[in-house]
Amino acid sequence: MSKPLIITVGREFGSGGHVIAEMLANKFGLPLYDSNILEEIATNKNLNHRDIERYDEAPKNKFFTRTVRGHSSSPAEHIAQMQFKYLREKAEKGDSFVVVGRCSETILRGYPGVVSIFVLADKEAKIDRIKNLNKISSIEAEVMINKQDRQRKFYHNYHCAIKWGDSRNYDISINSSKMGIERTADTLEAYIKERMAD
Amino acid sequence: MISQILAVAIFVIMFLVIISEKIERHIVTLVSALLTLVLVFGFAMKDFGAIVETLNFGVFIQPHFWYSSGESASVASGINWETIVFILGMMIMVEGMARVGFFRWLCMKIANLVHYKTIPIFITFMLMSAVLAMFIDSITVILFLAAVTVELAGLLKFNPIPMILAEIFCANLGGSATMCGDPPNIIIGTSLGYSFGDFISNTGVVAGIALVFTILYFYLCFRKELSKNENKNTEIKHPDPKDAITDKKGFVLSSLIFALAVVLLVTHSVTGLTVSTIGVLIAVLTLVAAPKHISEMMSKVDFKTLLFFVGLFVVVGGLEQTKCLEAIAAFIEKVSGGNAYMIIFIIIWVSAIASAFVDNIPFAATMIPVISAISASSGMDLKTLAWALSMGTDIGGSATPIGASANVVGISVASREGYIIGWGKYCKASAPATIIVLIISTIYIFVRYL
Repeated sequence: MSKPLIITVGREFGSGGHVIAEMLANKFGLPLYDSNILEEIATNKNLNHRDIERYDEAPKNKFFTRTVRGHSSSPAEHIAQMQFKYLREKAEKGDSFVVVGRCSETILRGYPGVVSIFVLADKEAKIDRIKNLNKISSIEAEVMINKQDRQRKFYHNYHCAIKWGDSRNYDISINSSKMGIERTADTLEAYIKERMAD
Repeated sequence: MISQILAVAIFVIMFLVIISEKIERHIVTLVSALLTLVLVFGFAMKDFGAIVETLNFGVFIQPHFWYSSGESASVASGINWETIVFILGMMIMVEGMARVGFFRWLCMKIANLVHYKTIPIFITFMLMSAVLAMFIDSITVILFLAAVTVELAGLLKFNPIPMILAEIFCANLGGSATMCGDPPNIIIGTSLGYSFGDFISNTGVVAGIALVFTILYFYLCFRKELSKNENKNTEIKHPDPKDAITDKKGFVLSSLIFALAVVLLVTHSVTGLTVSTIGVLIAVLTLVAAPKHISEMMSKVDFKTLLFFVGLFVVVGGLEQTKCLEAIAAFIEKVSGGNAYMIIFIIIWVSAIASAFVDNIPFAATMIPVISAISASSGMDLKTLAWALSMGTDIGGSATPIGASANVVGISVASREGYIIGWGKYCKASAPATIIVLIISTIYIFVRYL
């Protein structure tokens, strides 16, 4: 049986981190987990996926939720915990996969074969990318980026001790705007192969 | 003036820090209590008598703490040790009952008695939730009831969310019926010297009437959704209620202790035993009945909540000693123009709205001296004001997902299994029910007491 490989990809909004994760999944022939985790959870539990998808990677709203004796009223917190459990179970089984976001670098730390990556990018590059992808103005793109990154930061920092994007939290942090998305993915592929050779 | 500013500042900051959930709430209230003792009583008032009065340790050696031949208030101000001792006793008893599988057995037994039919389960679980919450804290009731509901939902293929929402509402409603059902009632009862009988014959009657409307309301709301798969469950193997029992001898003893607790609570105005005595008695009996499991049961007791109460009482004592609460009472009287109907209306609805968003325990503890001051200055019967406060705080908490502890626990149990209950889903069902019950309570108090 080959050694497991788990690639966790944290990313800034607009950095192309998700596309890079898809490329890595293709290069290594691994399944990619992102929002599709919730689809699988919903199918397994016979739930309506639409009821839970809006809480995916959503930050906990502290003023509209309460915790009593370890029980939380926050849907976002429960959805996050279900996803964490799902990922841990996959890792426990020795599965290999690529996972985008979902605090995976922290949740899966310590499992064999984990390579944690954070993809960032220059502000202008992120604005250009989001503007072109969504056919919106630069200002709208910047607003969207700030909003998404704020949510990701709150979500991550609520569940993890080390802050979102802090380079000490990842094996490698890389700026995708320096070499472009494809070459960034190639560089990461080479790095992962080196790691696997250890 | 400095003492008042300090007392209010400590109270407000304590409230905000509790809401933020950055620090555990018992630590927040205990630190706030220490600040109240040092800054308000020591530094600003230089009144060491107020410290002694607020800590209230002397009450343990007073006979009326253990035995009371008539109506007597536990404390004028400060830590209400009667509430603390009683809740501790009930917590130990509940842990004993949970250990032997009592609650799961009861839920399964009732489901079994109605032949695992969804709508009858829905109705009987609402009733059971209300009745159990009259004697046991609503968190425990919902913890077990919601877990069994989710289990039965998987088995009988129905959506458990409507049933859990109805159970939560009924637990809060049942808690309002008795002195020991909901923490605000325990504090009101022990602080003002009211008995179990006083509550059951006043708030109990309102809760009983409201329960009929509540069951009807939830039935009309959810009957279609719950009866979808009603006739498709003929092939399913149903669980045997007996399987829930983990210790047969312990089960019998726990059931007897629970029955004794109910009898003692119902008759405590006749026997003269105070709730503190009843709390100690049932705790001792529970521990003696299962000596091998004492450490297991004690480790599950929620001491943090008891410490939260201790700190809270001191901070509220600070507001009381500095006459801040009299100012609130005077303000309510001024706004109402001294009109009794208006005063009752304000107490019920302001208590309800506040309790829908913040913890109703600190609110009730703060409001008791306020209603006492209103009664003293306006001549209104204190009991009428107490029932208004009780119904407002107990029922108001049902309106939102964060209003009462039972709501949070019920939502959490459902959500862990993927049955997500957000604000929209919760409020759509429970906010109208809350308004209906508050209207019933307001009309009832107007007609019966004014």
